Amino acid sequence: MTREDLSGLERNVLTTTVERMLAWARSSSVWPVQFGLACCAIEMIATTTSKFDIARFGMEAFRASPRQSDLMIVAGRVSQKMAPVLRHIYDQMLEPKWVLSMGDCASCGGVYNNYALVQGVDKIVPVDVYVAGCPPRPEALLYGLMKLQEKIRERARAGGGR
Amino acid sequence: MEPSQGLRQMESLPDRGRELAGGLARETLTINMGPQHPSTHGVLRLVLELEGEVIVSCQPVIGYLHTGIEKEMEHRTYHQNIPLVDRIEYLSSYHEELAYCMAVEKLLGVEVPKRAQYIRVILCELNRIASHLVWLGTTGIDLNVSSLLMYCFRDRERILEMSEMVSGQRMMPGYFRIGGVAADLPDEFFPAVRQFLDEFPRRLDEYEAMLTDNLVWRRRHEGVAVLSREDALRYGVTGPTLRGSGVAYDVRKAFPYSSYEDFEFDVPTGENGDAFDRYRVRMEEMRQARRIVLQALDRLPGGPVITDDRKVALPPRGELVRSMEAVIHQFKLVSEGIRPPKGEVYAAVESPRGEKGYYIVSDGSNRPVRVRVRAPSFSNLQALPTMVRGGMLADVVVAIASIDIVLGDVDR
Amino acid sequence: MKASLTPVQEFLAERLGDGALEAHTFRGDATVVVARERVVEALQAVREEPWRFEVLLDLTAWDRYPAEPRFEVVYHLLSLHRGERLRVKTRVPGEDPVLPSAVPVFAGANWFEREVWDLFGIRFQGHPNLVRILLPDDWEGHPLRRDYPLTEEPVEFRGHVPKVPSEIIPHLPPPRRDP
Repeated sequence: MTREDLSGLERNVLTTTVERMLAWARSSSVWPVQFGLACCAIEMIATTTSKFDIARFGMEAFRASPRQSDLMIVAGRVSQKMAPVLRHIYDQMLEPKWVLSMGDCASCGGVYNNYALVQGVDKIVPVDVYVAGCPPRPEALLYGLMKLQEKIRERARAGGGR
Repeated sequence: MEPSQGLRQMESLPDRGRELAGGLARETLTINMGPQHPSTHGVLRLVLELEGEVIVSCQPVIGYLHTGIEKEMEHRTYHQNIPLVDRIEYLSSYHEELAYCMAVEKLLGVEVPKRAQYIRVILCELNRIASHLVWLGTTGIDLNVSSLLMYCFRDRERILEMSEMVSGQRMMPGYFRIGGVAADLPDEFFPAVRQFLDEFPRRLDEYEAMLTDNLVWRRRHEGVAVLSREDALRYGVTGPTLRGSGVAYDVRKAFPYSSYEDFEFDVPTGENGDAFDRYRVRMEEMRQARRIVLQALDRLPGGPVITDDRKVALPPRGELVRSMEAVIHQFKLVSEGIRPPKGEVYAAVESPRGEKGYYIVSDGSNRPVRVRVRAPSFSNLQALPTMVRGGMLADVVVAIASIDIVLGDVDR
Repeated sequence: MKASLTPVQEFLAERLGDGALEAHTFRGDATVVVARERVVEALQAVREEPWRFEVLLDLTAWDRYPAEPRFEVVYHLLSLHRGERLRVKTRVPGEDPVLPSAVPVFAGANWFEREVWDLFGIRFQGHPNLVRILLPDDWEGHPLRRDYPLTEEPVEFRGHVPKVPSEIIPHLPPPRRDP
């Protein structure tokens, strides 16, 4: 190996380690924005309460303002009237940001297939994790959040941004 | 403090601003609250016009959760609509199912067995307790008593466990059927309910000790969001919101359904129509609901849990092996559904928010022509502008919390 | 008009004369069908003493397409005083779906009429603010009309399944003879 290769290697190792540390920090303290729409919101609230305790993952700080949050948990059905608002809130969040689509209505339209609902929130915002269920149990939501944490760390390990 | 006192006080203050600056015009400030807001209990948007801190007018904008459920129900058979109906007023799904099944049973003229009626009462009253606990918890977190949310949801988890024992699902059970309930109560349900009901009064006493004589709670609730008796009747308000204003109308007493006439319970009312009265009414309703469940458990009759009219309810599995007719009935019911006679009915139950009614029009085919959901939160929310006019901005939060709306019900 | 009408149905029949078109009771629900010009008068009449149907529980409509008159507007009333419910209905033709607003009689009719306008396209004359309430303001069409499609999105699935959920169990007409 040439000298340039070796120095390049050192630089990559240092950058990757910093990325991994950042990813560990980001994944351990993801702050969701309060975006409960319908029935799944009640199960989301139940996840924050003492039986299921989302605080052990560092996510109990549900911020009201999208500017202070990292994650948007779309909990509930998105109607045609709400869709622009959803996109607006998503645009107001700062990078890095993630979207978790909670429940069947947000993932694919759910039980409903009609004029009033957006059939899946991934038509409007890019979704990172889908949690199925109607409504998903709090344990299912926690599993989805753990998958999101893994995804954040994986990205860093693979050397990508965000 | 009277709601309009704030506005009057503002007008009687000497206008120093105008004196000092030589003729400043006063104008109102229009702000937007929602649809994404922590205290609107869902996707509700309020356009508020403020003069200082005092509300001049409030216009709710709804429709952010419009799901088109009524149209969707016209394209499915009567049985296929039961899971759809669960998701309208998602905090009190059992009441929704009961109202819908009662309307279809009324249309068909089908008799529900006594055991099924008692089971329905037990689950509906447990659901009422669970719904009021959500109300109390979310009101607490809006008023910064955040530990109250944890306590109330801890108790609610017990009820959700019981719902899971019975129907397999915590929320959206899909347990009631047209003509009865899907299956009998499992054995582990009874000790769980009795244990919960033994401990529940002590929990309620704790919450009341924490809140009822609490100076901050009283100051934020007393005299706030007053709804007079006349206004409540004009807007068609029902439920604890109406009873807080002094009208003792409860569908369980006025038009008894599903064996409620067999049980003894009181219907609490308030006097002043303010948020504190509504709080007292709901706390007492939780105690009365417990009373009803205990009576129903003690007197639970034996017998079938679904009607034996084979044109309405599926035959039990054991019969399918023995009888060809049962197989034909099963086939017809699953592939076509029931076909009620032509006509229209209205049936209502007392949900935790008010009178939940179903108006179903049938033309004799296997799909309803029109299913109209009479949503209590829709009418209750219409009274919100009257309640907050002249009050302070912080009182809007208390007003919304005290009406206890569910946006799925408002927008359907 | 059959025999055994409830007292309030008889009162309305007398009061409105030929404005009251039908009255019947089905499964315990008393219903009166009135002509559309007289509906506000009917609501006002039963609101007063001694009937006191002071609470408007519900104001809705349904589409009888292709039968004419196309829409039926339904008012559900409640009398706390008498512990009774009453249904008042009126029919509105499809080409000219207008009728007088009930807001002067019941303030709670405000949002109900906006919803009926939004979902059915029935105009209420005299309503203070007849705009859409549930759908976005720029929506075109009135979804709960029977000729408005459900707008189902077909499931992207290659296999022997029907394309849309509502086709899984077919829509069967009423039986030709009474069962």
